[in-house]
Amino acid sequence: MSSSLAGKATARERSMTLRDYAIRYGFIVLLVGLIAYFAVAADGFASPQSAVFIFQSVAITGVLALGVTATLVVGGFDLSIGSVATSAMMAASYAMVVLEQNAIVAVVACLVIGVIVGLINGWLIVYMRVPDLLATLGMMFLLLGLQRIPTEGRSIATGMTMPDGSVANGKFSEAFLALGRHRIDFFIPNLIPVSVVVLVVLALLIWFFLEYTRFGRMMYAVGSNERAAELAGAPVKAYKIWAYVISGVFASIGGILLAARLGRGDIASGNNLLLDAVAAALIGYAVLGAAKPNAFGTAVGAVFVGVLLQGLTMMNAPYYTQDFVKGAVLVVALVFTFALSGRGKR
Amino acid sequence: MGADAVFRVEGLRKSFGRNEVLGGISLDLFAGEVTVLMGANGAGKSTLVKIVSGVYSHDGGTMQLAGATFDPQTPAEAIRAGVVTVHQNINDGVVAELDVATNLTLDRLSGKGASLLFKPANVRAEARAVADRMGLAIDLRARVADLSLADRQMVAIARAMAHRPKVLILDEPTSSLSSAEAERLFSLIDRLRGQGVAILYISHRMSDIRRLADRIVSMRDGAVSGVFGRKPLDYEGAVNAMLGRKIHLDRVVARSSARAVFTAQGLRLAQGAKPISMTLGTGEVVAITGLVGVGKTALAETLFGVRRPLAGTMQMDGKPFAPKSARQAIAAGVFLVAKDRATSGIVGGFNIERNISLPFLKRMSGLGVMKKRAERAIARRQIDELGIVCRSEKDDLSALSGGNQQKVMVARWMSQAARLFILDEPFQGVDISARRDIAAKLRASADGRATLIFVTELDEALETADRILVMSEHTIVGEHRNDDIDLDRLLAQVAGGPLTSAA
Repeated sequence: MSSSLAGKATARERSMTLRDYAIRYGFIVLLVGLIAYFAVAADGFASPQSAVFIFQSVAITGVLALGVTATLVVGGFDLSIGSVATSAMMAASYAMVVLEQNAIVAVVACLVIGVIVGLINGWLIVYMRVPDLLATLGMMFLLLGLQRIPTEGRSIATGMTMPDGSVANGKFSEAFLALGRHRIDFFIPNLIPVSVVVLVVLALLIWFFLEYTRFGRMMYAVGSNERAAELAGAPVKAYKIWAYVISGVFASIGGILLAARLGRGDIASGNNLLLDAVAAALIGYAVLGAAKPNAFGTAVGAVFVGVLLQGLTMMNAPYYTQDFVKGAVLVVALVFTFALSGRGKR
Repeated sequence: MGADAVFRVEGLRKSFGRNEVLGGISLDLFAGEVTVLMGANGAGKSTLVKIVSGVYSHDGGTMQLAGATFDPQTPAEAIRAGVVTVHQNINDGVVAELDVATNLTLDRLSGKGASLLFKPANVRAEARAVADRMGLAIDLRARVADLSLADRQMVAIARAMAHRPKVLILDEPTSSLSSAEAERLFSLIDRLRGQGVAILYISHRMSDIRRLADRIVSMRDGAVSGVFGRKPLDYEGAVNAMLGRKIHLDRVVARSSARAVFTAQGLRLAQGAKPISMTLGTGEVVAITGLVGVGKTALAETLFGVRRPLAGTMQMDGKPFAPKSARQAIAAGVFLVAKDRATSGIVGGFNIERNISLPFLKRMSGLGVMKKRAERAIARRQIDELGIVCRSEKDDLSALSGGNQQKVMVARWMSQAARLFILDEPFQGVDISARRDIAAKLRASADGRATLIFVTELDEALETADRILVMSEHTIVGEHRNDDIDLDRLLAQVAGGPLTSAA
């Protein structure tokens, strides 16, 4: 019957129109163009140090974005990632500074928080039937409040005065700080920060997981047609909960990196994490015309935002234009995804 | 009938890219006549309807309505000119959350001259007038969401008729109705015919066509392949013109099975329903037929572990079988091609290959990592086996016709060996040639498993099964071997009582 295959192929030959190319490669071309433009226009943009700086600046939001991608894949959304990250940061600081624990305890505490929040989010959405946006929005507010309770709203740093009047004398362990500050030699001494390595490893991991394992495949199926996935024997509820656990854990890893970079539990930090991460994941829809959440797209999206901001900074654009530019890029990317590629119609 | 057509289409052409879908269609519709349009999936029926109803533009040809040129740019324009279409998907024609009265008058809530305020009394009076004209006996205050499919269909048609159109187009209106419900629809159509409306009726169902048609127009590959207007209508000729090949109603040679694969004892599906006991053997194809709503899907879902029976036990190969989920049923070798592929079968973002492999990812992976080569090989084999018309296994399902989409769903579950293979309404929205392909494939591969199909259409059961069970009121009321069937008795059982009128 291969005759009917071949016959149809000639009758309706696949033709890539200019529009198809635009949808497929538009964002990659835009990214390359942007880099080329900044390399010419901004002094010092085209250097290994600048490249590393861009990666470092997107490391934390990139990790969060990869996590939220997992929830997007199952057709959900996770708005709590930003506050999970800051909660993890506060928890790590509290563990080391107040409880005087070592780096391992701090890291484990953060990961446990990520798992627990993910489980609660999943439980709310799957079993309590709370819509995903509302459940995770609620969790976001809950965590924003919760992370301030142990210190009564103070930031955590060595030598701080606790609510009961005592002084916290613990400090961030060197090993922990290295996660945010150590740089690995790579052709040039002290080039690549550990956080960038963490980002790359996690990106590869989640990319492989989503594209090449049966679990990833089933998660896409759940996101596209939940009932069909269930009738094909998938434990849909478990997959959904797992997605939120992945998101929570990734967000907590982002929080660890944040704490290690800052060296203190800063109550005011991490405001932009949610927006930037979500933007990166949604921009990822447009990369290579995927029109669906995907790990590669998310990574490109994160780099795209990083390049844009670094370039603008080096060209002395005022800081307050940055959010506007990010928002504009996001809107354009969404148009790419939903209008031009024609998904969701027919 | 009148010599002058109310609506006339001449040489209509339409291409999508290089793909010519309509190659010069000419069609006349006359007042007070039902013209049935027949065509296999992909013949271009839907495209024609969309052009006439103003959804698509056309590339060539002309359309005339009552002597004037008709060239709608939008659906609203078509409706205003007097051509109204009721689409296949009933829920497109009604707003589920509103009551019947508001639905009937919905189109007057917007547009020129509409009152700013919503006046319930006026709306109800207007709706009452519309309903009376249609002979519609539905509570006008009922929410559309609470109505049966048939009633929703009636509301959608009545809503369309509120415009007092000259031409009414019905696109497969009975595809989700039971025969009793369809009969109500037919009397509504009779009424409209009597009022002088020109009706274009699109359907695959021979029983509908025999009941309604004044003329039949057959389409094939984007062209009209036959017009049948002289009574008595040549139904066989119309089907032949549509398929372009002689269909010989191949009667099944009924087989019997000695070895039982599946047995059920005292299975109760609903409160107050009589228990079901049955045995399915290897190599036999059993059809369960009955009207919509008699519990066919409930039974299918019970066997597949998606629904729990109120009482009773089941066995597979002599071992107790009580699946708690689809997953457990699949593990036991019970596969289900679920009803309504769009909502419960097709994964939209996946191509053919991934849709086929979906339930068996575990068997096509090692340590969780997909073996893409094996996956592709199986997809190609299945495309071959079922004769799925596509460019390659990477095609999106949205690029396939309904019949081919259904073949993909069947191919999915035939890619691994089943012990009990269940298909719930596998021929719904499938053209006749695809239906024959699927039925032939089911029979040819039936050895080594029990095959159980649930169909509303009796023809489908007669063409496919060795044994036919009849369901009524959530239980099985009759059993027939498919070689010398007493059709009257079977129909009486379907109708749930003694036969009162000739069917």
